[in-house]
Amino acid sequence: MNLLPALRSLLDELTHRFGAQFEDAHAPQPNELYLPVQAELAGALCSTFYKKHQGRLAGVFAEDARGGHQVFFVYHLYALDAIHAFVLVRVPVPAHQAELVSLTDAVPAANWQEREIQDLFGIQLVGHPNPRRCVLHDDWPEVFPLRKDFDLHSVLPPFAGPRHKFREVEGEGVFQVPVGPVHAGIIEPGHFLFSVAGEPVLYLQLRMFYVHKGIEKLFESLPIPHGVRLAESISGDSGFAHATAFCHAIERAAGVAPPPRARALRTLCLELERLANHIADFGAICTDVAFVTAQMHAMRLKERVLRVNEELTGNRLLRGMAGLGGVRFDFDPGQIRLLAELADDLERQCQDLVGLMRSNAGLRDRLETTGVLTPKVARDLGVVGIAGRASGFDHDLRRDFPDDFYDQVQFTVPVFTEGDVYHRVEVRREEIFQSFAILRQVLARLPAGPITAEVGEVPPDRVALGYVEGWRGEIFHWIHTAPGNRLTRCKVKDPSLQNWPALSEAIMGNIIPDFPVVNKSFNLSYAGTDR
Amino acid sequence: MFETLRQSLKIGVVTTSYPDTPAEVSRRARGKPEIDWANWRDARPAAAVCPTGAIECRDEAGTLAATRTATLDLGKCIFCGLCADVDPAIRMTPQCELAARSRQGLRHTAQYALNDNGTHQRLLATPPAAASAEALAAAGRELQTRIQSLLGRSLHIREVDAGSCNGCEVEIHGLNSPVYDLERFGIHFVASPRHADMLLVTGPVTRNMELALRKTYAATPDPRLVVAVGACGCSGGIFGVNYATRGAVDAVIPVDVYIPGCPPNPHALLHGILLAIGRLSPYASSPTAAPKSGRALFQNPAPPQD
Repeated sequence: MNLLPALRSLLDELTHRFGAQFEDAHAPQPNELYLPVQAELAGALCSTFYKKHQGRLAGVFAEDARGGHQVFFVYHLYALDAIHAFVLVRVPVPAHQAELVSLTDAVPAANWQEREIQDLFGIQLVGHPNPRRCVLHDDWPEVFPLRKDFDLHSVLPPFAGPRHKFREVEGEGVFQVPVGPVHAGIIEPGHFLFSVAGEPVLYLQLRMFYVHKGIEKLFESLPIPHGVRLAESISGDSGFAHATAFCHAIERAAGVAPPPRARALRTLCLELERLANHIADFGAICTDVAFVTAQMHAMRLKERVLRVNEELTGNRLLRGMAGLGGVRFDFDPGQIRLLAELADDLERQCQDLVGLMRSNAGLRDRLETTGVLTPKVARDLGVVGIAGRASGFDHDLRRDFPDDFYDQVQFTVPVFTEGDVYHRVEVRREEIFQSFAILRQVLARLPAGPITAEVGEVPPDRVALGYVEGWRGEIFHWIHTAPGNRLTRCKVKDPSLQNWPALSEAIMGNIIPDFPVVNKSFNLSYAGTDR
Repeated sequence: MFETLRQSLKIGVVTTSYPDTPAEVSRRARGKPEIDWANWRDARPAAAVCPTGAIECRDEAGTLAATRTATLDLGKCIFCGLCADVDPAIRMTPQCELAARSRQGLRHTAQYALNDNGTHQRLLATPPAAASAEALAAAGRELQTRIQSLLGRSLHIREVDAGSCNGCEVEIHGLNSPVYDLERFGIHFVASPRHADMLLVTGPVTRNMELALRKTYAATPDPRLVVAVGACGCSGGIFGVNYATRGAVDAVIPVDVYIPGCPPNPHALLHGILLAIGRLSPYASSPTAAPKSGRALFQNPAPPQD
């Protein structure tokens, strides 16, 4: 077993501590260790990773293995950022008694993901503090879509049964403001129920999964190459990041390494995606506090990036660019010059935009101390990405788990502890300028050569993790291959799934008129969450 | 304040003059796939790589000879260009103004004589979209007059995301940017369906959003227009119909105009919206075929060009 030295010593330590229960451990990649254990050990391992190894639960997901193993498997994905490694603890759940002890009480980060497993697999998470349905709304029939005996194209009977009962907040003068799922702006659907007394928000209940499209089930029905296009459509503003995470996973399973030029072009595209979205968020945040001039500048700059995207890849949102084994389109010298010019010119214009924002005292007044997410709460909820870094969580997959070209470029990761809207803007601001620096470094050292490596039929029964730091935060795709160049499972984890509950915490005590700007400062994906 | 003014003056006007001038898209942009129908010898490789079934072929034994019906459905196409990679008879063009008043108007079909080895040979028929062109044109003129008299020159749009990946929303947002500036047409996005003349709906319609979409439609006062946006809105796109989605918008509410794309760019969206309210000639293949002044857009359409 080829393992990172730090992971090897971790495994030795665990063996020493828990005895010889890890004989089935395997590592398809040096930084990716699988520990098949019995359910009783899951809690103890969780506590060990959290307390001794600065680990965190980055994902919880299940798989229907009743065909081959007569059990469901539940995986706990731990990211050990300090030693740059992932550990996947695999726990069997007997088919005849589909129950597993919930981790949510100890690790609130697992909350929604465990409920999702309940909804989609029918595995009871015993001891979950709020075991109500989430993915499948209350009025769905009793079905478990990710079980193998459920057909993707099942025609379900009309909605029946009780509608969702929202939590009640009681007290003198408390009233409730329901918003959504169809919102006032051009945004995705979700339902927010504010309980307020006077102006301050006492409690915000989120109800999501309105755009659940059965994507994970759909992956199981598609040939792997078509999966790349589906991955592009998981979350529209992160299409390239999701598709690249998917490609990483497939390439690892196939044992194929993309050529250096492909890695460089991927890095360029990921940074372009980050730039377009960060700049757009600048504008959207300004709009929500009525500074529309800055929004207009931001939209103009974002349009520049999208047009360059189109010139480089044929699509404004980089659709169609990702491909197995590399990327689909090469950049010629003219296109590279265009990109270099964009980096220089846009950087100047972004400086102007930042100057404009800083010149507005009202803006700062509205953003500072608004929507505070404390580092403690952020850590408990496992908040990642921009919101995590604004609340003291020093991590970035580009630095801690570098892939593509990221190990060959220099950049810093901005981290703040204030956790307010202002600092979520600050994280974006620093990242925008880091992105320009990354673009320049890649362009200066752009390798020559092919842009794709041949990925033939992927061998069956291989597992692999793909991960990308998208502009919003860390994206994971976990795959398990099946015969015939197909997948038996593809788990998609968008950072939004992890971060939504933090919005409820951040808005508490703020006033409803500030909700749009707090929400926008997180800018979470509904489509990526709901899948 | 001074800084704000200085920057605005420095930048000047950035608004496009589309649709008076052609769409500003890169020549590398992947828009409509052009198929050389007459010389297409085998539709199967393209159909095999198409992730959404936009290219399809159906073989029939027939009484005299076996035939194949090959279809290109722009309502399903996500413009990835994989078909053009494997088939020299297909070429991706930058053409992005593809909106149509009917779902059928997005389908292009051809019939071929089938060879024994599975390739096809002779083009037997291209049931053209122009088959009922005259009837369609008359209906279009009538609709246009009706819409113009009802909505005049102003239009209020309520956008409804009924299940999209948010890609279409990214581009719809672009319409509000100073570059596309939808307001120059007197068109606004409004916060409530009760204020709206048009619903701009992205899809696929999920099971969890179906009721909300129906209620939004019911809340929109008559006369109302519905525009389905993107491959998913037109057909269900890559998601199709499954346990969690109903697919196309028109599976749930009636649709007036379909805008293909994945996602459609702001030009394509503008083209579709203007088509829906009769401010573009629905007969010209492209609104830019015969350049018009902005004012002419508000007058009666030119007679059909072809």
